[in-house]
Amino acid sequence: MADKPTRDGFGEGLLELGKTHPNVVALSGDLEDSARAIWFKKQYPERFFSVGIAEQDMIGTAAGLALAGKIPFACSFSQFVTGKTLEQLRMAVCYQRLGVKIAGSHGGLSVGADGATAEALEELAHMRALPHMTVIVPCDALEARKATIACADYPGPVFLRLGRAPVPAITNERDPFRIGEAIVMRPGDDVTLIGCGLMVAHALQAAERLAKEDIHARVINLHTIKPIDRDTILKAARETGAIVTAEEHTVVGGLGSAVAEVVVQEHPVPMRFVGVADRFGTSGDPAELLKVFHLMPEDIVKAVKDVLRLKQSALG
Amino acid sequence: MIGQNVPFVQGWGRKPDLDAMKRQARELRRTILRILAKAGSGHPGGSLSMVELLVGLYWHALRHDPKRPDWPDRDLFLLSKGHGVPALYAVLAAHGYFPSEELMTLRRYPTRLQGHPERGSVPGIEIASGSLGQGLSMANGIALADRLDGSSRRIYCLMGDGEIQEGQVWEAAMTAHHHRLESVCAIIDANQLQQNGPVKDIQDIEPLAEKWRAFGWHAIEIDGHDLAQVVRAYDEAKTVRGKPQAIVARTVKGKGVSFMELNPAWHGVAPKPDELERALKELEETHV
Repeated sequence: MADKPTRDGFGEGLLELGKTHPNVVALSGDLEDSARAIWFKKQYPERFFSVGIAEQDMIGTAAGLALAGKIPFACSFSQFVTGKTLEQLRMAVCYQRLGVKIAGSHGGLSVGADGATAEALEELAHMRALPHMTVIVPCDALEARKATIACADYPGPVFLRLGRAPVPAITNERDPFRIGEAIVMRPGDDVTLIGCGLMVAHALQAAERLAKEDIHARVINLHTIKPIDRDTILKAARETGAIVTAEEHTVVGGLGSAVAEVVVQEHPVPMRFVGVADRFGTSGDPAELLKVFHLMPEDIVKAVKDVLRLKQSALG
Repeated sequence: MIGQNVPFVQGWGRKPDLDAMKRQARELRRTILRILAKAGSGHPGGSLSMVELLVGLYWHALRHDPKRPDWPDRDLFLLSKGHGVPALYAVLAAHGYFPSEELMTLRRYPTRLQGHPERGSVPGIEIASGSLGQGLSMANGIALADRLDGSSRRIYCLMGDGEIQEGQVWEAAMTAHHHRLESVCAIIDANQLQQNGPVKDIQDIEPLAEKWRAFGWHAIEIDGHDLAQVVRAYDEAKTVRGKPQAIVARTVKGKGVSFMELNPAWHGVAPKPDELERALKELEETHV
């Protein structure tokens, strides 16, 4: 299947919800085209609300719509819909336990040439810290469509992190998607690779290369970072004894941290984090930036070698 | 018993009994001071300034039913200036939304009466607030949903004058205008002071009514302690079509207690026992 951005999957899912869920409404701060909510807007204009370039008001308005029984999807660039609005998301959405769904497109480095100000690299940490918030990073467009549909019926606030750049299709139509249930994409007992978003594909490619060296890596698609699937993570820690996490996000507070919080308390094993090293983004082609920021399959392979050395010395 | 010394005043849809509402306002002030003194912390100034604005709503303009707090067609009151919640708790208790004995638990663990409102903690608390500037956006969202659902209920949102320094308020003001949200009525408790001094010194927000008009709103400027004007303003606002309404209520922070009035020191400090006695005595002697 052709590569496709996860934001397209979101747009398709939202359009489908328009048909199946009369209570679903959408809002955007003049980025509905970028976030692909424009497909919903064209089909259901009376259920789409433009609030101008005013993200804080958008989240407050979404909270009001939810108070009155709607299921609002608030869409913008991932950086702006989480960064400018942290206080609104905290009080008006999470503290009130409202079913506002936040769709952040252009997450990670995928906005590329636009540069650091629009490259969201910290939002998983911000969203994960909010009580009651669910955090989902789909790995491909199909999973993004399923996640969008699933979160409409899922109670409480949900943050969906989407990308602008096309990513490889690595899931199938018939694969089940359940919020909070990680998916083992590839079996293996030597080491576990846990990723989200685009990095699941990179982890699969890394596992392929490692297999040639007789290193069998289990690959877990941790699409839901919160609530986290403790069972699948701990089973992997017990059975493989080493974990490498991979995320298109700062290593401070994101997926790697979330996995470590589980592992260090319940079954400590050596870990390595592949992610952005506590720095801002920069302009460039997204594919090129993934290399610059060490988010490629070879970076995961390197981390696996490191973590296996630790595992060996621990065993020795 | 606190909050119940005055008989129930006729509610919405009937001719307002201004004398009874005045007595109610005085009784509410006494309740507010007592519960703040008991709590040992809280915000008397901004609670006292909004009393008549709440009395005008809960004893006249607002379509509500304490026996059915979840009545889907009820008008909604959103308290955006969350620090004034002691006044709202006193009003809700006076209407029987929750037992008035509970007022004395204000701010003390494990109370339902949080220092700033928590949605649904007691019946009648419609939204959380305490982080300023957020209520009006929520009012707009409710109004947009109501329009889709064909509901004609009204949504009132009370803000402070210091609060509207928050930029989100003006984002919301533009949204309400753009979507012609005639069911939204903003109330500004313009009590002239904020935590560190007069609003005009911290950051001047005047001319208030002109600002709201320039943003496309129908603005009504009143003396927010004159119940006849308050009632008239709510009645006028209801008749406005195609525009949201803003009631700019000129009020006095700490209203009703001489040593609190227009004194910034009483923004966030509870009265001590002797101060409470003096305040209650004043409120016995004078008609506020």
